[in-house]
Amino acid sequence: MSQEHDAVELDVTGLNCPMPVIQTSQAFADLGVGETLEVHATDPGSVSDIAGWADSTTEATLHEQTEEDAADGTVYVHRIERVA
Amino acid sequence: MSLDEQPAASTAPTDPESLQATVAELEQRLSTLEEAAEDPGEMVIISTKGSLDMAYPPLILASTAAAFGYDVTVFHTFWGLDILHEERSKQLQMSAVGNVSMPIPNVLAALPGMDRLTTWYMNRQMRTHDVATVEELIDVSLASGVDLQACQMTIELFGYDPDDFYEGVTTGVGAASAFQRMQSADIQLLI
Repeated sequence: MSQEHDAVELDVTGLNCPMPVIQTSQAFADLGVGETLEVHATDPGSVSDIAGWADSTTEATLHEQTEEDAADGTVYVHRIERVA
Repeated sequence: MSLDEQPAASTAPTDPESLQATVAELEQRLSTLEEAAEDPGEMVIISTKGSLDMAYPPLILASTAAAFGYDVTVFHTFWGLDILHEERSKQLQMSAVGNVSMPIPNVLAALPGMDRLTTWYMNRQMRTHDVATVEELIDVSLASGVDLQACQMTIELFGYDPDDFYEGVTTGVGAASAFQRMQSADIQLLI
């Protein structure tokens, strides 16, 4: 099974600081070990904020951050795995 | 390098008794470190201002620190109480007087009605930029375990009632309980 299929999606588009990181941490708390959370955000600050949060959270590993073009601007996609 | 490949010249003790003692000591140190690593950090913010712009920094930092697993206390005193006051928190105002970052000269900003205009402008900007409201930040802070405290002395000083505050706000606390938490906290801020 590819990683793409196990990811739990979290949509925080349209939310600004500090909401993306807060909702990410809340959704992450419900993940099982080995599961991945895919966060979709429109806040450009979420790139640095979610990276910083994942760096400080021993249970979380940030695998990738990508940008996708959407109708109303850029969507930042963050993939975070629960490793413990 | 695996453990078996330790150089022969190592100064580590080789007799079983010293080895056992060394292992016991290392295990003790490891468990102390593990306990310290599991212990969440602690942050205390003293929130003293009740203007719209000054309500945001303590709430944003508090909810963010909670997302980082921190144990967070925000002690609201003097005008900071208004942030937790259910009615007053929805009507927080701000003034351009003395604020050199705003494009309105003091002589105009001091005219009657200008505070209301400045507040309206700020609220409109926040809505345009998808910034959460004070009420939303209070809800998310309480839901993530932040201890929002209202100073008892200033509740009485301003003639507020403990029931005026959002449900979940801690009342009946004073400077000593704030200070006690600050003593053990990793981060202490006055806003």
